[in-house]
Amino acid sequence: MADVQNTTGATTAGSIEVGTAGAGAQLAGPGTGRSTVQQPIDARVAVKPSYDVDDFPVPHGREEDWRFTPLHRLGGLHDGSAASAARGEDKIELGLPEGVTAETVGRDDARLGKAGTPVDRVAAQAYSAFEQALVVTVPKDAVLTEPVKIDVHGEGGVNFAHLVVDVKPFAEAVVVLNHTGSGTRAANVELLVGDGAKLTFVSVQDWERDAVHVAQHNALVGRDASFKSVVVTFGGDLVRLHPRVNYAAPGGEAELFGLYFADAGQHLEHRLVIDHDTPHCRSNVAYKGALQGQDAHAVWVGDVLIRATALGTDTYELNRNLVLTDGARVDSIPNLEIETGEIVGAGHASATGRFDDEQLFYLQARGIPADEARRLVVRGFFAELVQQIGVAEIQDRLMEKIEAELEETVA
Amino acid sequence: MATLEIRDLHVSVEAENGPREILRGVDLTVKQGETHAIMGPNGSGKSTLAYSLAGHPKYTVTGGSVLLDGEDVLEMSVDERARAGVFLAMQYPVEVPGVSVSNFLRTAATAVRGEAPKLRLWVKEVKEAMASLQMDPAFAERNVNEGFSGGEKKRHEILQLELLKPKIAILDETDSGLDVDALRIVSEGINRVRSTGEVGTLLVTHYTRILRYIKPDYVHVFAGGRIVESGGAELADKLEEEGYESYVKGGASE
Repeated sequence: MADVQNTTGATTAGSIEVGTAGAGAQLAGPGTGRSTVQQPIDARVAVKPSYDVDDFPVPHGREEDWRFTPLHRLGGLHDGSAASAARGEDKIELGLPEGVTAETVGRDDARLGKAGTPVDRVAAQAYSAFEQALVVTVPKDAVLTEPVKIDVHGEGGVNFAHLVVDVKPFAEAVVVLNHTGSGTRAANVELLVGDGAKLTFVSVQDWERDAVHVAQHNALVGRDASFKSVVVTFGGDLVRLHPRVNYAAPGGEAELFGLYFADAGQHLEHRLVIDHDTPHCRSNVAYKGALQGQDAHAVWVGDVLIRATALGTDTYELNRNLVLTDGARVDSIPNLEIETGEIVGAGHASATGRFDDEQLFYLQARGIPADEARRLVVRGFFAELVQQIGVAEIQDRLMEKIEAELEETVA
Repeated sequence: MATLEIRDLHVSVEAENGPREILRGVDLTVKQGETHAIMGPNGSGKSTLAYSLAGHPKYTVTGGSVLLDGEDVLEMSVDERARAGVFLAMQYPVEVPGVSVSNFLRTAATAVRGEAPKLRLWVKEVKEAMASLQMDPAFAERNVNEGFSGGEKKRHEILQLELLKPKIAILDETDSGLDVDALRIVSEGINRVRSTGEVGTLLVTHYTRILRYIKPDYVHVFAGGRIVESGGAELADKLEEEGYESYVKGGASE
């Protein structure tokens, strides 16, 4: 895209300079004199990324990026009313392996705002309204043997949150952000993956049925770094997550996995953007969801941009949905924009279907009762994805969670 | 002694222009220990018979009865039939992504036997059954039928036959798509099960090739949705020489 320019010479996470031509001064994040990354502006999104909520008009629901979201169920996150409502209390518990630090910092901390800029009004609202941010740092060369745990338990009310996970060069870490409880929450999560570092970031949305959660995840992947995002959404009334990946230097790799299980009335929305503006980077997206019950609604939008500068890019994205009952709805939209042909590969796939009757027949013909056969099929559907996460503890926990969901619901 | 009695079975499928009758009055009795070969040209309805007995939802029974030891099979769901002792080895086994062979086999054995097999005995049992079918142990960790070759799929079907020990085994074109070595291995597996004398076998096949390995007690020629001729093993020799031509003509004139 013509209005984003990449300057040369950037080699480490956070030191890349991206300016917006013709947009005047860079929009103010907290602090000054630090580099920022301007998020890509999708052709379909009219408003430029900004830290300031007032730069975005209140969405009315017909905009491309809001048209699937039931605005009246956002708890006022989009129109300013949540910001003026009473704040709730979060209970946050941290599990920090040795060497990892966690600090609560003010809005002006120089480490904030490096990985990406809010791209919609709710993310900007979160940025404009949070009071303190949590900065988790994994020091250079540290190879963690156990995960960093961030347990967020919502106790009702409105919360605006900001989290930075800074994985320094050549460090390796698994970070698990676990959401339980209730409330209305808007957040930005910044994931800085230093040169040669490896980060697996797991975000679990295990909310009570009435929770509202909107969050933007910005990952900035350093030279030869590996980033893996695992998003697991089971709970909540309305969950809308926006994982985004930018590459700070060549050789970066991003894998984005997602699982969701929407029950009657739930709205679970995942919108992904991978911005390939750097040569020789890879990305792989696989999101799978199951839906059941009246008005269960899943939205998946996967935008992959391969810019003219991104030679040697290799990318693939996939979304699969299993609709278990009547009355559920899926919107699945993969978008691939390619500005150079000098790439290794680019592809996408999306499929939404019901139970395969032939699979069920095969299992039942071996004596397996119908309900157990259905559970086996759904379990298999997710297991295929869970097997790729690569962290045994997380895999086991997810399969248990899926098991519990199946016991409760698929009959 | 287990007996499967098929009486005047009529079966239809839903076609574009309404229901189409495929089975037009099938009569057949299969007793434990017996092997019946059902032979016939393509489109004669022999696979429909196999799938109807297993309860595939695509087929609607419009008349007749099927009894297993006096119990009404047609009243049973697909899984109830399997637990009652009816087994269908499929011509085109279905992929089940994310479900490992070992998990699938154990789940099926638990369902059919009514209790989970003791783990140590079970592991041994599966290992031995796989070894006799010349299957690599790593096979157990693969997902059911996913990426299996034609021969692997058929071995996997016969592995299930050996482990689930049905009263009535319906083998639908088990020989199709197998090379000579795979055909021999699969046939040996079927013969091991037959030699127990505990199973009645219904061997549905187009070709006589598999009958060189598996000697049937009875051969039935299927045409136009019913059995048009029955005899002993010698009838297969006649089919080998003359083909189905005379039966197809007879069927067409009806």
